[in-house]
Amino acid sequence: MFSGLDFETASGEVLAVVGPNGSGKTSLLRLVAGLLVPAGGSIGLEGGETELTLPEQSHYLGHRDALKPALSVAENLSFWRDFLGGETGDVGPCLTAVGLGHATYLPAAYLSAGQRRRLSIARLLVVRRPVWLLDEPTSALDAAGQELCVGVMRDHLASGGIIVAATHAPLGIEARELRMGGGK
Amino acid sequence: MTAITALIRRDIKIALRVGGGALIGVLFFLTVTVLMPFAIGPDLALLTRLGPAILWLGALLASLLTLDRLFTADHEDGSLDLIVMGQTPLELACAAKALAHWLAAGVPLIVATPMLGLLLNLDGEATSAVALTLLVGTPALTFTGMIGAALAVTLHRGGLLLAVLVLPLSIPVLIFGVSASQAAITGPLAFGTPFSILCALSLVSLVVGPFAAAASLRHGLD
Amino acid sequence: MTLIDLANPTKFLSLTGRVLPWLAGATAILLLVGLYQAAIAPDDYQQGATVKIMFIHVPNAWLSMFVWGVMSIAALGTLVWRHPLADVAAKAAAPIGAAFTFLALVTGSLWGRPMWGTYWEWDARLTSVLVLFLMYLGLMALWRAVDDPSRAARAAAVLTLVGAINLPIIKFSVDWWNTLHQPASVMRMGGPSLDKAFLIPLLVMAIGFSLLFVTLHLAAMRNEILRRRVRSLQMMQASQQAA
Repeated sequence: MFSGLDFETASGEVLAVVGPNGSGKTSLLRLVAGLLVPAGGSIGLEGGETELTLPEQSHYLGHRDALKPALSVAENLSFWRDFLGGETGDVGPCLTAVGLGHATYLPAAYLSAGQRRRLSIARLLVVRRPVWLLDEPTSALDAAGQELCVGVMRDHLASGGIIVAATHAPLGIEARELRMGGGK
Repeated sequence: MTAITALIRRDIKIALRVGGGALIGVLFFLTVTVLMPFAIGPDLALLTRLGPAILWLGALLASLLTLDRLFTADHEDGSLDLIVMGQTPLELACAAKALAHWLAAGVPLIVATPMLGLLLNLDGEATSAVALTLLVGTPALTFTGMIGAALAVTLHRGGLLLAVLVLPLSIPVLIFGVSASQAAITGPLAFGTPFSILCALSLVSLVVGPFAAAASLRHGLD
Repeated sequence: MTLIDLANPTKFLSLTGRVLPWLAGATAILLLVGLYQAAIAPDDYQQGATVKIMFIHVPNAWLSMFVWGVMSIAALGTLVWRHPLADVAAKAAAPIGAAFTFLALVTGSLWGRPMWGTYWEWDARLTSVLVLFLMYLGLMALWRAVDDPSRAARAAAVLTLVGAINLPIIKFSVDWWNTLHQPASVMRMGGPSLDKAFLIPLLVMAIGFSLLFVTLHLAAMRNEILRRRVRSLQMMQASQQAA
């Protein structure tokens, strides 16, 4: 897909991966997330927990929201909290933080696309991970939702996190750019 | 451990709620079993002799057809990505998903067996023999079928291809399951011999299934 | 009060709310009277006391087919007249019909035990009822497969009508299949020459069970209407933004 790519990013920093459609932004994120096997080269995280691999310390927010329509909003979120190893506790505050407090006990099937996106952003909050891999995080979100997303990202950076985000639109947050496509 | 139980509980919940497929498997089992006498005739003596085979074939097809969506549903909504990335070893997660599927879709088949045994004129002893062999044998069906379900994600195909891939793998389970039940009913073989082999097959599949499925999933994502 | 007035769910709820207690009371009285009459009815000279299973079995068997008829009319209501309560009626009837069919099967097989020596014989009548039971279960599975009831309604209506056309064909083929394999060797009960001592309790029980169906059906329709209201309230709640 692409070669000769070399980049690094540090704690408290956003790396915005930009480029036209088909330039491999999603593939790059999936490589970092360990969901694709690289043909060559290496990806690593310095510092952090040495016992864990990079994917195990990353959140991946893909195009698809990883929600089950048959489960309620709270059930969806608390499943990911338990599965991804978050501290046990109430998911309520996280849902309120993304503006879904009113929908806690409703089936996820009734949520709109933007609300589904918000729910998957809540997943980033309910379990703490140092690295966030976000694929078009603001897609399907309205203005308020985008603002919320930026706020969540700022908080993460302030606590020393790393964000790698693939995006078309400006993120609304100061970021180092990695331009994909064109010259490869 | 929390992660594993959370996954099992989630899958069982989804299977039992509106839109879930767990109970349709039982209905399929019931329908297939009821169809058999229409093909082979209502002769009760004949049905008694064929009963264990009919029940085993029905259970085999029912557990296989419900397996189709084991991983594809999670693949389509993106959950599978997160399951692969999680700290829980993928083999364990696969085993948990298969266990949940067996609890939600396999156990109801065993519960339905006595009623179907009545339709096929099996007496109490024969019915309990079939139910016991199904209890021991259906995990093997689920855990080998899981390999096919994982391949279905890799290949972007499901349905009939899955059946064609997995049915040959389940022949040994079918052979020893039916012969153990027959042994309990008519002899001349001792019940213990085929039954122990059936147990062994289940244990082997419990080990092999998760590893094969996990390997196929790791290389099959895109 | 016409059918058009009943189309309004609110009016339907208030009307049935008033009627239901009376219906339930009448059902209870009729069933009690029927059971008492059945208990004091004489034993059959051939079958002894087991003949009394008939008083439960026949009304259930009759209702198992009647309910499919009700669902077929409701299906026409969904597809042709677009009556807003038609699919509510169809959905509510399916589990009740399945329950009556199941009871008919169970009582039939309990009755068959002393006659045939086994609980189940692939007798033409019982087998057709078993197929009917499977079709009820399939219909219920269809209703359950889709969360949105209005989407499931048309599919279920088509299936119900196809079933209504197919049921006589199935019955005919099962009869043919059965006689092909075995000449009627089993002893059959019934026929028109039923003694008056049996006929009256049977009629009372049949009316009682029919009223039971009406009562349960109306109650289930009320539940279904309320369930749909809850669903639309939930969707409304989901769509509103957090304050």
